[in-house]
Amino acid sequence: MGKHEASLKRTALFDRHQALGARIVPFAGWEMPVQYAGILAEHRTVRTAAGLFDLGHMGQVDVTGPDALKFLQFSTTSDVSTLSPGEAKYGLLPNDDGGVVDDIIVYRYPEGEDGYMICVNASNADRDVDWWNTLRERRRDLDVTIEDVSPRIGMIAIQGPQSEAIVKKITEAPVEDVDYFSWRDGVFAGVDAKVARTGYTGEDGFEFYASNDEIGSIWDALLEAGADEGVAPIGLGARDTLRLEARMPLYGQELGDDISPYEAGLGWAVSLTKGDFVGRDKMEQVKTDGPKRRTVGFNTVGRSGTPRAHSVVEVDGREVGFVTSGAYSPTLEQNIGLALVERDVAGVGKPLQIIVRDKPVEAVQVRTPFYKREQF
Amino acid sequence: MKAPANLKFTKSHEWVLVEDNIVTIGIADYAQQELGDITYLELPEVGASVSAGEPFAVVESVKAAADIYAPLDGEVLERNESAVDSPEVINTSPYGEAWLVKIQVSEPAQVDGLMSATDYDTFAEALAH
Repeated sequence: MGKHEASLKRTALFDRHQALGARIVPFAGWEMPVQYAGILAEHRTVRTAAGLFDLGHMGQVDVTGPDALKFLQFSTTSDVSTLSPGEAKYGLLPNDDGGVVDDIIVYRYPEGEDGYMICVNASNADRDVDWWNTLRERRRDLDVTIEDVSPRIGMIAIQGPQSEAIVKKITEAPVEDVDYFSWRDGVFAGVDAKVARTGYTGEDGFEFYASNDEIGSIWDALLEAGADEGVAPIGLGARDTLRLEARMPLYGQELGDDISPYEAGLGWAVSLTKGDFVGRDKMEQVKTDGPKRRTVGFNTVGRSGTPRAHSVVEVDGREVGFVTSGAYSPTLEQNIGLALVERDVAGVGKPLQIIVRDKPVEAVQVRTPFYKREQF
Repeated sequence: MKAPANLKFTKSHEWVLVEDNIVTIGIADYAQQELGDITYLELPEVGASVSAGEPFAVVESVKAAADIYAPLDGEVLERNESAVDSPEVINTSPYGEAWLVKIQVSEPAQVDGLMSATDYDTFAEALAH
């Protein structure tokens, strides 16, 4: 562990993570911090104060040109036509079979700028761009430019109830006016950046996009400005437990090439009424027939080992599915998870048995999200 | 944390306190640090047989589950129920409160194969770099 692996990429903040004492692990082709102070402490920092995340591994793709909107309507599942300049929307990049290549956020550039920026998962960035290029070949009637801008863009997030108070200390920009799922330009610690009110933790917070050369100045300023509020850097370990408590999907677990959005519980991110798009008819068929599998939340009953991704799920000795994500929840102090199961066994309050180390662990299906912050 | 001089160690990071033919077993500081926040501990029942080098218990951290290996052959005499109820003591007191089991040793000569505390410190130090 911690040894340099030549084939792995590093973000602009790598040296800072080392100086902060992070444990570094390979993740999606990058050397990333998995924890600093420890996953439980970091998780609680985000729920009670604010945490800083390096998201430099995530990908950004610009889609511009006169037909950018038409192309995105064709190549993503959500209805992007409703976005005003400066607004963003969650969506999916579909395949031809009604499955999902990636989950994405489409940001329409603010007033005065052309086109859209799409934020994609690190693990999928290359194949997303390949797929969009394939789709562009199918739609030669559209005048659109697709550019992977990830190499020059850095990304960090601050998440937690103290986020706004901390960000206000490093900018004149009226960040209190940035609505959920929108973004705007601003100068932060002297750096031109875009700040979005988005995140992956279930807390209020912001994500910053700035040039790779300068993003470190924003990171440093937020760490310093937030010292009184208790800000701390947060690794991928807590990022995963935070997003799971908030029931946010992780590609490769809740989402995949062979999982319908309707099975994943993400039908809300699919607009069947906006016109044709890749995989639309297959998705509509699943919706009409009713998905054969459903993604359900569960917690274990009593003290037990933790069900984790790929654990087999049974009901009365019959295999009915598998766990997509499972973890010890630092907030609830019990094991929680999501499982993709046959629809007959799905239902809040119904039991599941999950195989952990060859033995069944008793679990009960519960409503999700597991954690919801108090609205301000 | 330096390994206490009265303990013996395995390469799989268990510690052993030898008192005649009864030994107390726990996991080393290095191992709890590598695992991170420990959330669950599963121990064998009293009376269970354990075999040197075979998994006999499991610890889980937020991120992963890890086997604990029996350092010696023997039979479980006692389990630390308070460590089962509060597994975080493995993080806070790996050489103290967080002993796991006491074992009646059936092959006392196996103790000679364990590492001394100073040898273990050298071993763990090399792994950390």
